[in-house]
Amino acid sequence: MDFNFTTEQNEFREELREFLRAEVPLEKQEVFGSLTEEDYQFGREINRKLAERNWLAIGWPEEHGGGGKGPIEQGILNEDLGYWRVPKSGSIGLGIVGPAIMVFGTQDQKDRYLGPIARGEIEYCQGFSEPNVGSDLGSLELRAERDGDEYVLNGAKMFTSYAFKADYMYLLARTDPQAQKHRGISLFIADLKTPGISLSPLPYINGEMAAQTNFDNVRLPLSCLIGEENRGWYHAMTTLDYERSGLWRYANVRRVFDDFVDFCQDSAPDGGQPLAEHPLVRHQLAERRLGMETWKLLSWNVAWMQSSGAVPNTEASVSFLFGSEERLRFAEMAMEVLGPYSTLRHGSPMAPLLGNIEGIHREAMHLHGAGTTEIHRNIIAQRGLGMPR
Amino acid sequence: MDFGLTEQQEILRRSAREFLEAECPTSLVRETEESADGHSSDLWRKMAGLGWLGIALPEMYGGTGGSLTDQIVLFEEIGRALAPGPMLTSSVLAAQIVLNSGNDSQKESLLSGIISGDLVLTLARGDKLETASVGGGITLSGDSAFVPHAGLANTMICATRPAIGAWPDTTLVLVDAAAEGVLKTPMESIANYPQHLVEFDDVALSTEAMLGEIAEGRQALDQAIQRATVVQCAETLGRAQKVLEMVVEYAGHRVAFGRPIGTFQAVQHRCADLKVAIDSGRMLTYQAAWKVDQDLPAGDEVAMAKAQAGTLSRTATEAGHTIFAGISFTTEHDMQLYSARAKIAEANLGDTGYHLDQLASGMEI
Repeated sequence: MDFNFTTEQNEFREELREFLRAEVPLEKQEVFGSLTEEDYQFGREINRKLAERNWLAIGWPEEHGGGGKGPIEQGILNEDLGYWRVPKSGSIGLGIVGPAIMVFGTQDQKDRYLGPIARGEIEYCQGFSEPNVGSDLGSLELRAERDGDEYVLNGAKMFTSYAFKADYMYLLARTDPQAQKHRGISLFIADLKTPGISLSPLPYINGEMAAQTNFDNVRLPLSCLIGEENRGWYHAMTTLDYERSGLWRYANVRRVFDDFVDFCQDSAPDGGQPLAEHPLVRHQLAERRLGMETWKLLSWNVAWMQSSGAVPNTEASVSFLFGSEERLRFAEMAMEVLGPYSTLRHGSPMAPLLGNIEGIHREAMHLHGAGTTEIHRNIIAQRGLGMPR
Repeated sequence: MDFGLTEQQEILRRSAREFLEAECPTSLVRETEESADGHSSDLWRKMAGLGWLGIALPEMYGGTGGSLTDQIVLFEEIGRALAPGPMLTSSVLAAQIVLNSGNDSQKESLLSGIISGDLVLTLARGDKLETASVGGGITLSGDSAFVPHAGLANTMICATRPAIGAWPDTTLVLVDAAAEGVLKTPMESIANYPQHLVEFDDVALSTEAMLGEIAEGRQALDQAIQRATVVQCAETLGRAQKVLEMVVEYAGHRVAFGRPIGTFQAVQHRCADLKVAIDSGRMLTYQAAWKVDQDLPAGDEVAMAKAQAGTLSRTATEAGHTIFAGISFTTEHDMQLYSARAKIAEANLGDTGYHLDQLASGMEI
């Protein structure tokens, strides 16, 4: 057992923090639930600066434009970017698309796609869910029919986060409707400028603008297929586990928790004792600190497993499930402690913590990303504990 | 960063599991529960023979010189097997106090006795234990409740408060359990867990009974309690892991409504929640042990581990009794052995509320 970073890793963390202190002043840090286009562009600018230092894809192999380090360094980066509330960008490319191309892509695809991701130039969105398909993703309906040198796509994707910001979509489509459901799916990368793709706005409660993405006779060249035809489900599931250390998400919430603890220690709304000294508040702060530390350890456990060459699967679900529920527990607790002040949004002069508490409560309704909490429980029970289907 | 066990720790885990599966079946646990002292001297001797009682004690006294992390690997297995006996009390808590505060001859005689299993030590503490300096000696008076394995112990370490106006802080003294003026009354407890109310009626002690200096016992005591708390977490972890394996196995073949109950998501999700709590507990417990092994401040980490262990115990108990249902309400079923011991462990060395309070203090709230 060793809970320490190596000397080099600590040095990297220090250098990174120096960079963040200089480049990410408080007023540039994202407030939960109020992401603006300006915030997002700032996040991309930071990503490009990280890329200049070879840090953005620090865990990727050097041959693919990465920093040649491992999942621990990637975890350090993600944890600190999250803690500094740097608006997120590029994460689907870096965390999901890139790793999939490294494993399943052709040399041409690697040459074409990986460099721009590692340099922070390209934004991806993910096309998995559909209007009729969520948890039972294997039933997806968007069709991709082979027609000579092209695939022709028809159907729709739903809940496309980053659709209006992205250049490409990483998507699953049905290529063999006759096959058993998981065996007729293929993985593609689609340029969103391809004729026939249209976006219908789908505003999220956290303030982000997502989309329903419609495909009307969209023609993609064969070179857009990633990996083997009809093996896309398995390719995608293999690489999904790469996105799940969840350190960015943890640290994003942890920052607000730490700020909230400070706030409770400093503010005495009734002119009496500070909030934190009320026995009930004190107890709940300790309880959530325990939750936060647990979340952190479970997240680092996933990163460590990857660094040791293991493939986290149920461990990733354990971490993700715990995190989703801990985030909500914290949001509910903070709302309760702050009472009506907790409902004040960013911009209201009386909003505590810049409105982060109101915002994080909306964000905490995101109990479904990368699988609902119930799907994660199924995964833990069935894949992890071997319980019968 | 490395959250894996060393090869030696893996070997220890495997061999401990094999040994306990053979030597400590639940039939022995039940027999011991019915015995007067809650102890199996046969199992005790065998465990001593394996070196388990000295696993984290210095080699010069007959120990193995292992780390706290080594020790908790072992105690996960001890918890899993519900192994009875004063391992935690004598070989961890009391031994650590002696190691921290004893003089050379006390360490030599007491530690080697603890490690060989010939001596059993326990700890009596509480606000009502008072020491006073009388003439050339000391007298001990007052009482202490919940003294574990007091019926078995040869020697008690008493953590005492000074009589008013005398010594300012904790003084540790060694008391012969058979000394005149020591009265032990069993406290009938869950699973017949052997604990006593011990009353000291002006027990006369010589100055050789002092463990460490007058009024300087606080640090030695706290440090030993900290280690024992981590070990208690590991014991809880092993027990919860076994409950999880038992319910998953049962749910896989118990049929209701024409299918194994393990196919029902209501059952699966309960098991998944227990798995999450176990994984959480493992990370927290090993983090706490690692901090202690590194000589780093570990107060917050230990408090978090024990606070979580309390909820872990409850999660395991509820999962077990819900999934085994009716049969687990009978004494013939083993589940009640686990849930009873879970409650003892939860209350021992501070429960969730106590440790959250400690944690809040650590956060300077």
